[in-house]
Amino acid sequence: MKNPLDSITGTIVSGLVLTVILYFVVSKFLIHLAG
Amino acid sequence: MELILVRWLHILAGITWIGLLYYFNVVQAPSVAQAKAQGVNGEIIPKVIAPRALLWFRWAALVTWLTGAYYLYAKWGLGNAFMLKGTAATIGTGAWLGTIMLFNVWVLIWPNQKKVLGLVEATDEQKAKGARIAFLASRTNTMLSIPMVFFMVSGAHMPGLGS
Repeated sequence: MKNPLDSITGTIVSGLVLTVILYFVVSKFLIHLAG
Repeated sequence: MELILVRWLHILAGITWIGLLYYFNVVQAPSVAQAKAQGVNGEIIPKVIAPRALLWFRWAALVTWLTGAYYLYAKWGLGNAFMLKGTAATIGTGAWLGTIMLFNVWVLIWPNQKKVLGLVEATDEQKAKGARIAFLASRTNTMLSIPMVFFMVSGAHMPGLGS
C-alpha cells in the first residue's frame, strides 16, 4: 500500500480526514465530558 | 496589552514556520526531484537556500511554541489546555498538534537534514535514510498543520466549541 504522505494530494486529504475525526472527538466527547 | 503582543508574535512566528514548511513541501522538494530527473545539477539549494530556510524554520517553530505556551498559560491555564479540559479542549487540541510538530522539527527534521546537507559527517546510506525520515516528518507536519490551524482558529466560531 502506498504511503499517502508521498504525495501532496495524499498529505492534504489525510490532513482533512484527521481534522474531521478530531472535530468529532473534541465536540462530541471532550467538551460534553466536561459538562 | 501584554497578551496581544504575545499573540501577535505567536502569529508572526507561526506564519514564518508554517510558510516555510509549505515552501519545503510544495516548492523545494518537488523542484529538487524534478531537477534530478531532468539531469539539472545545482548546488544553490543544498549549499545556500536550504540551510538558511532551515535556520528560520526551526527557530520560528520554537518561538511559535514558546509564545503559544505563554498565551495558553495566561489565558486558559496551561494544564487546562493540555489536559483538554472543557472548552479549552479546542485550543488544547491545536496545542498538542503544534507540540508534536515542534518535536518533529527539532528531533527528526533538523538532525537528519544536517546529514543530508553535509553539515555533519554521514555515510551515503545514513544520508539516504536521513532524507527519508526528514521527508516523512515534514510531510507529517504538513498533514498535522491542517487540523492544527483549524483548532487554533475555531474557538469563537464553531457551535459547541466556543471559547
